[in-house]
Amino acid sequence: MEKVIDEFDKDQRELIHLLHEIQKQFGYIPAHMISQIARQLKISESEIFGVLTFYKAFTLKPRGKHLITICMGTACHVRGAPKILDEFKRELSIEPGETSGDNLFTLETVNCVGACALGPIVIINGDYHGQMKTREVDKLIKICRQKNGKR
Amino acid sequence: MDEFDTSELDKIRAEVSESQMKQKTCITICGGTGCHAYGCLKVAEAFKEEIKRQNLQNKVDVRTTGCHGFCERGPIVVIQPEGIFYQRIQLNDIKEVISETIINKKILDRLLYIDPRTEEKIVYEKDVPFYKKQERIIFGNNGFIDPTDIKDYIALDGFKALVKVLFDMTSEEVIDEIKASGLRGRGGAGFPTGKKWEICRKENSEKKYIICNADEGDPGAYMDRSLLEGNPCCVIEGMIIGAYAIGASQGFIYVRMEYPLAVKNVTLAIEQAKKLGLLGKSILGSEFQFDIHIFKGAGAFVSGEETSLMASIEGRRAFPRQRPPFPAQEGLWGKPTNINNVETWANVPLIINKGAEWYSQIGTKKSKGTKIFSLVGKINNTGLVEVPMGIKLKEIIYDIGGGIKDNKKFKAVQTGGPSGGCIPADKLDLPIDFDTLTKAGSMMGSGGMIVVDEDTCMVDIARYFLEFSQEESCGKCVPCRVGTKQLVEILTHITRGEGVEEDIKKLKDLAKSVKEGSLCGLGQTAPNPVLTTIRYFRDEYEAHIKEKSCPALVCKDLIVYNIEPEKCVGCLLCLKSCPVGAITGERKKVHIINQELCIKCGVCFEVCPPKVAAVSKYTGKKRDRILKKDLKQRVKE
Repeated sequence: MEKVIDEFDKDQRELIHLLHEIQKQFGYIPAHMISQIARQLKISESEIFGVLTFYKAFTLKPRGKHLITICMGTACHVRGAPKILDEFKRELSIEPGETSGDNLFTLETVNCVGACALGPIVIINGDYHGQMKTREVDKLIKICRQKNGKR
Repeated sequence: MDEFDTSELDKIRAEVSESQMKQKTCITICGGTGCHAYGCLKVAEAFKEEIKRQNLQNKVDVRTTGCHGFCERGPIVVIQPEGIFYQRIQLNDIKEVISETIINKKILDRLLYIDPRTEEKIVYEKDVPFYKKQERIIFGNNGFIDPTDIKDYIALDGFKALVKVLFDMTSEEVIDEIKASGLRGRGGAGFPTGKKWEICRKENSEKKYIICNADEGDPGAYMDRSLLEGNPCCVIEGMIIGAYAIGASQGFIYVRMEYPLAVKNVTLAIEQAKKLGLLGKSILGSEFQFDIHIFKGAGAFVSGEETSLMASIEGRRAFPRQRPPFPAQEGLWGKPTNINNVETWANVPLIINKGAEWYSQIGTKKSKGTKIFSLVGKINNTGLVEVPMGIKLKEIIYDIGGGIKDNKKFKAVQTGGPSGGCIPADKLDLPIDFDTLTKAGSMMGSGGMIVVDEDTCMVDIARYFLEFSQEESCGKCVPCRVGTKQLVEILTHITRGEGVEEDIKKLKDLAKSVKEGSLCGLGQTAPNPVLTTIRYFRDEYEAHIKEKSCPALVCKDLIVYNIEPEKCVGCLLCLKSCPVGAITGERKKVHIINQELCIKCGVCFEVCPPKVAAVSKYTGKKRDRILKKDLKQRVKE
């Protein structure tokens, strides 16, 4: 953990790069790392907390095993994305930004992934599922659950 | 370190053209994000394997290129040099493409694009109506270039403009050329690029920066991404030329993290450019030095605003600040900074190569050149289109876009994203440029063009955009933070059927205050979607408020789903699919929706076979009657 932080220059301009790196390696920003980052970059902890809560890319909580991202861009919106989101919310009983109690699923929304021809689009663990139908939501969740059962 | 000069570029050009002569046929596969999602990488792999299996490596080349733009028909394959256009290609088509088209020169009919209007099958890419009316001077090379290999770009006269600038032109001459071309910023506001450069050039400072704004935040717009993904070198070349003109020694490309492929390709392009001496110290043997760094955004719409973007690069929250001082005077770390959008930079090499006079002949009096739009929504041909400024909306939507999906009625086109507005059907003859769009109450924006049809509720669209702006408001200034929140609340009330008659006036008054009082572009333009929908679709607002009905049948609280007894065949499909068990019935008997249990998810509407189409949506008085009947039924039970 310290190794990750040590690689960065002692300057505020490195902060966002550093947070990206930690988020990538740990899947979230562990709160106890903030003081270490503050020492390395010579800025206050409150500044770091401000930055990391400002940007959507960073989370202070670990994400679930399966990350479900629903595109809410305009093209997806007019093609029915809100209905798809509602169905995921109902099936998983969580709101966007939350992780299910069993730590299996994290539900997120994104403003646009720029694959508008495939709208409405859902991205599960990096795989794109285009032209989604409400009735397919349940199937996708089941596939994730099955994958987990096997492991 | 090796010394590089311009002869290196000529050598590469000769090499590439020689190897391309040897391999006469090239199968190009679109590798944009859209086609990626369709599985183009597997298609490319399969082509390579099949070519190896048939031992054709020396005759046929396979190239994954940048985005071709016609995302609707992906994965797209174009066989060069003939330009044979195959669409929606699947893995099991590949063997046949090789043995029939490549070896026997036979066209496979089933993979051709059929013009939906004439039902004619089209063989060549250039004949596809989607491309015919376009003028792809910026975007056209995407389909020929492997974006991960800088040599492909060099072979297509890449970096020729840079050589011309470095060795034959002074900084002032470059700026004059850009000024004469009439190029205006493609990020939305349309500020003259040459003038912007000149202001920054004239600032006295030993350190200056330039920035490429690739924080393409408008939902539904993805032309900048496709340029960076598909032809990153043209943006890099534009930036080096700009840096030379302005006198900057460092540049940044600020790219959204939601675009991983763009980050990857542009990073690769910079590395390759450095190796060839196109970036770094003493570029191509000249005295000029310049470097580019990538900055990956972290998911905040407001960072597309120039002062916020710079705050973000400095490692702070993306808060905008008061202007003046403008970035050209005090920008990154207090130094003069010039910031342009991806597409603006991409125009620069072209202007230098072909000259300002040639460039200024394209477009209208005040808006020169072409503009790339991302044509999305309820349109048949979703994709990226590059058209000369001044083209009519009608031509884009019907001639290029192929009209509205499922033969529905066109309602409006939304341009400019959350900052723009809606343009209704009676303005379809509008020639598009910066000024006409602003006059119509919308704006050019970065080029998102979202087409909506009769099934789209304009109040819901206004609410959607306001909710977007409200969530993305950074919270620094009160009019934007509180004002957008109030606008969303009023709009939400209206879509729930809780609106009152004063609401429209309240919306207009509040919109005016938010526009006038906000600090940056986000707040100053956020109310536009509300204002234009009220201006052009006031009747829809009134229907929601007075009759509690949603004419487009979108707003959940104002509609009901109903199974028509005379149409239902009792197939059990909807009954089995209903996630809350709200439908009752037996095989071959009419099914009924229990309105109290129904969550209006629309699954029954989706699954009912189109031939039967027994599920309908109702609003207004008809909805009230259905609800009353349902209540009576349950009281009886």
